[in-house]
Amino acid sequence: MEIFFSAVNLLLDWQVLLALLIGSIGGVIIGAIPGVGAAVAIAILLPATFALPPLVGLTMLLGIYGSSMYGGALPAVLINTPGTAVNALTTYDGYPMTKNGEAKRAVALSYSASFVGGVISILCLIMLSPVLARIAPMFGSREIFLAALLGIVLVVLAHRGQVFAAGMLAAFGIFLQMVGLEPVTYSKRFTFDQTWLTSGVDLIVVVLGLFALSQAFLLLTEKDNAPEMKPLEGSMSAGLKELWLYKRVASVSAGFGVLMGMIPGVGEFTAQFMAYTYAQKTSKKPELFGKGSPEGLIASEAANNAVPAAAMIPLLALGIPGEALTAMMLSVFYVHNVIPGPQLFQGQMDFVMALYLALLILNVIVLCFLLVSTNVLTRIIELPTRLIGLSILLLSFVGVYSLRNSITDCAMAAGFGVFGVILKRLHLPIVPIILGMVLGGIMEVKLRSAMPRLKTPLDMIERPIAMVLFALILIVLALHIRTFFRRQLERKSNVEIDH
Amino acid sequence: MSRIKGMQELFKRHRRPGDIVFAWFFLAVAAFLFSQLATQSPWNPEARIFSQPAFWPTVSVVLMVVFAALHLISSALSQRLVGRLAELGFWLRSAEYALWFMAYVFMVPWAGYLPTTILFGVGLALRAGYRSKRMIISVVLLSIGIVVIFKSFLQVKIPGGEIYQYLPGTLRSFMLTYL
Repeated sequence: MEIFFSAVNLLLDWQVLLALLIGSIGGVIIGAIPGVGAAVAIAILLPATFALPPLVGLTMLLGIYGSSMYGGALPAVLINTPGTAVNALTTYDGYPMTKNGEAKRAVALSYSASFVGGVISILCLIMLSPVLARIAPMFGSREIFLAALLGIVLVVLAHRGQVFAAGMLAAFGIFLQMVGLEPVTYSKRFTFDQTWLTSGVDLIVVVLGLFALSQAFLLLTEKDNAPEMKPLEGSMSAGLKELWLYKRVASVSAGFGVLMGMIPGVGEFTAQFMAYTYAQKTSKKPELFGKGSPEGLIASEAANNAVPAAAMIPLLALGIPGEALTAMMLSVFYVHNVIPGPQLFQGQMDFVMALYLALLILNVIVLCFLLVSTNVLTRIIELPTRLIGLSILLLSFVGVYSLRNSITDCAMAAGFGVFGVILKRLHLPIVPIILGMVLGGIMEVKLRSAMPRLKTPLDMIERPIAMVLFALILIVLALHIRTFFRRQLERKSNVEIDH
Repeated sequence: MSRIKGMQELFKRHRRPGDIVFAWFFLAVAAFLFSQLATQSPWNPEARIFSQPAFWPTVSVVLMVVFAALHLISSALSQRLVGRLAELGFWLRSAEYALWFMAYVFMVPWAGYLPTTILFGVGLALRAGYRSKRMIISVVLLSIGIVVIFKSFLQVKIPGGEIYQYLPGTLRSFMLTYL
């Protein structure tokens, strides 16, 4: 209880509350603009938050992270264009509901499902805290190394149909992390005797290039588009009451979000897919899925909104980010000398609790904001895409240049921007590069510190948690190979039947 | 023969125009990095394998080569879609905005953050095809807003422009600090 009051005390600082308000509302607005999304906004704001106190900077970014999916549902439902990538599944049932004249109902259901998903996830996080505080200290260097390795394996395998591309891009991310001076012996690695490469490739420069600048270049190069919106009439509160009828789907979907969010490298897409499949299989009207099923819409939104809070678990407890956004947040922790991991749970539990409470409050702020401002947000969706691209380009400058006032950083970010355009156009994943950079660095440090205590390589998995993690890596690989060959057999037999 | 066809089936996937160009490019880069491993990431004879500075660069570059080769094979075996040249054209056109960005970067320390942002905002708006007075005014306001929020309020580290030196005393220090 003492920790709880200490956390409330931390949150009652006006700067923290203001950051929470700006982050929450800003996140909704950013999420509602197709083509921007939380990753772009966080990438741009990241360097600006370095000057702020740790909790202020983190709550602002958390606000954006946790609220962007609420806003992203709006264009997904109304114009069949997801505001953020994770709202793609929302279009399946949200847009058909709009076409059937149920736009207001669909929007209200998506808000309430998102709220339930977010709140359930945070409650799980709070309830799990004592367990995490007990388990986290059991993670030594070898366990963290194996957890990071599991994260890399999962992020590669999670990209079904693109495993080779995800593998090469994750390896590229690890490689980027290795460029520059090696941290222990200070030997140069892949610097080609260029002084500008000696300090290495900064994660934030890569993030800004791949997420923000690439999106700016893409929007400026593509054909201009400004969707037309019709205002929604009437109150939203009926949708909130209606969710009670679908409480089972909402809570189970949130459960999938919590579970998938906790596993590094998996994230929203898998959670949504599992929740949607569950909702369809248990529905009394499965034929409505994809044609305007409220259950499908709820499953998608509750699952994706449950992920952000759950994704904080590996980040806070082990210092291992599960996806690109938490990887960006990790750098904010490091800048403020707050090192996520077992020590954080032991020494600064009030700080961790304050973050949880901030997440809870942001969900309430966002819901209240959305209930009164949906029609204003529909006007924001009408912004022309090239104007959005122009704004991102101008804002990206702040992000990159303010880091070190380095023209080299800006040139690198521009290069990664063009690289990001190519990846986006080819529908190849960007996240493996970022996770490769972050997890690659963690793996190098942790493996090096674990090795002197091991007599044989097998000692690496002598402790129970290390053994479980190693077994998980093997199981995940075996399952993937099995699924891969089974699908090929199914495809082959289908072709034979067609003939 | 049927076994070879079976193997080909394993690698097939959805691919976009230009995918094979990227696959070749990435493999070439990975192969170049592989060829540089010995000189750019030397092994220390006294250190153990996992403590070698070259261990992780070697792991990453080898993985890059292997996965890039597999990606190229899968790209070559998958159904080709027309429009490769058009796609390459799109990539090049997007590079134009990288040049705009770099010009903006070079100009800020000389002309100052506020004037450069307004200039580039308007220039980019015109380049994007916007001609209406309303849109240009919106872009000017947006540019001022960005500068005021980030430089004046959040005090991010962006140096004042060299031309600010020619302004009269009080205005010069105000511009250097806030705009």
